[in-house]
Amino acid sequence: MAAIQMRGVKVGAMRDVSFTVVEQVDWSVAAGEFWVIAGQQHSGKSDFLMMTAGLMMPVQGSYKLFGTETQSFGEAELAERLRVGFVFEGGQLFNRLTIRENVALPLQYHRDLPSAAAAQEVQTLLELLELTPLADITPPNISDNWRQRAALARALILKPEMLLLDNPLGRLGGRHLHWWLQFLGRLGHGPEWCGGKPMTLVATTDDLRPWQGARRKFALLRDKQFVPLGSWNDVASAGDPVVKELLAVPVETTM
Amino acid sequence: MREHLAKAFELTDTQLFRRAPLPKSYTDFLGRKLFLLLLTLQGLVAFALITLGVILRKSGVARNVIRPRIRQEIARAGVALLPMFLFVALALGFLVIGQTVSALAKVGATRYLGSTMVIVIVRELGPLLAAMLVLARVGTAHVIELGTARALGEVEALEALGIDPVHYLIVPRVIGMAAGVFALTVYLIIGALGSGYLWAFLQDVPLTPGDYFKQITEALNWLDFALLALKTVAFGFFIAIVTCYHGLGQPLRLEDVSRVAVRAVTQGVIVCVLVDALFIVLYLLT
Repeated sequence: MAAIQMRGVKVGAMRDVSFTVVEQVDWSVAAGEFWVIAGQQHSGKSDFLMMTAGLMMPVQGSYKLFGTETQSFGEAELAERLRVGFVFEGGQLFNRLTIRENVALPLQYHRDLPSAAAAQEVQTLLELLELTPLADITPPNISDNWRQRAALARALILKPEMLLLDNPLGRLGGRHLHWWLQFLGRLGHGPEWCGGKPMTLVATTDDLRPWQGARRKFALLRDKQFVPLGSWNDVASAGDPVVKELLAVPVETTM
Repeated sequence: MREHLAKAFELTDTQLFRRAPLPKSYTDFLGRKLFLLLLTLQGLVAFALITLGVILRKSGVARNVIRPRIRQEIARAGVALLPMFLFVALALGFLVIGQTVSALAKVGATRYLGSTMVIVIVRELGPLLAAMLVLARVGTAHVIELGTARALGEVEALEALGIDPVHYLIVPRVIGMAAGVFALTVYLIIGALGSGYLWAFLQDVPLTPGDYFKQITEALNWLDFALLALKTVAFGFFIAIVTCYHGLGQPLRLEDVSRVAVRAVTQGVIVCVLVDALFIVLYLLT
């Protein structure tokens, strides 16, 4: 069974569903695959990813998440939604909670645990993501790099089967970028702390260069169209000017 | 979750009307205002019903997260405001009771003191003043906090984590404010009645404490207690609904938050006055 299966899907903007950002999407993602969706700024990547996470319904078409049709995605299908973790661009952490509380919140809420009972699991994840020294600080007091990493910890605390990341490398410095690529690679192989099952990963980006990798599959959002590109070799040899721009290859322009 | 909120707000996306050019005729202007009022009312009623539904449906969900949040809100809308309310109780006692006692004593009508105090302080001024103060101090903070959270995408983050924003953000505020307004009103009334006698005593009014409080207790009946509880809880509930509705209701930009806060406070005052009017009718009917 495909983790994601879209047929003729039309995606509306999160703020105004009547405004179409992507249409006629036919896309399947098998469990354990690693997809990178590239697109220029304001090409609808975030809206597309939020629809993929089940945060809004497709305007048109059929979208099955783990085999469940998302047209009726409500409270009853919450269990399916919780199989998906989501990392927002910039983190979107809760500013009044500390990093530890941010990470613990989904665990405490969905398992109805007091903070003491959730502490050990939270601490393990904080250590794994090297966030322990920042655990008792609120998000406005740490840098973008660490906020993004804390958002990753929050998304992973419920051990999702699929992780959606909205431009995760967009605001990172060099050291953090390297760490992220390595960590996502490990998630794709199935880390022990997560049950050893390879995690399905979908990330969006406006810069393809850091994502070079043999195991990854690529797609492009341009002119409201979803264009599957294939492997990295296909991306590197693509003649599409938008792809070249996202690879920072000089594009010939006519004046 | 998002669909429930959308139902409440889709018909009240009044920006379109607010941004339209001013109409030429006075009747057009009144019509537009009336239409806006009805749309806002519709949105508020829908939001109140959604919140009540979530309170009832999810009373047993995530207690370990929601209960501490309710305690925080009760502390914020109740305990934290106690010093200010003690000061206001002293002032109210001086302004209303001290003056009234003194005036009634001059014309030898101190036997009406109890019923006057009950009508002025217990039924009217105490609950309304408490509601206004809580609206100003905590209601405004609700709009700003929720508006900022909405503008910074925290609501979407909650939804992505499978957490109902109404359950996590609104329910504790509504319960906290209802409990806070009720408790503060009781303290305000007790403080004002006590300080009123103090001021009267300082003015050498010939009235013993025993007579003063006897008159008040004789003027009070069970209906006063029942309606006082109902009224203050209603004030707290509706203030929380109005302020949370404006804070969380529509997608906001950071620069919109202050404008929305002013509108929420204005509507909060209007709603409190309407609720008060409803209770006056109830008093008159019983």
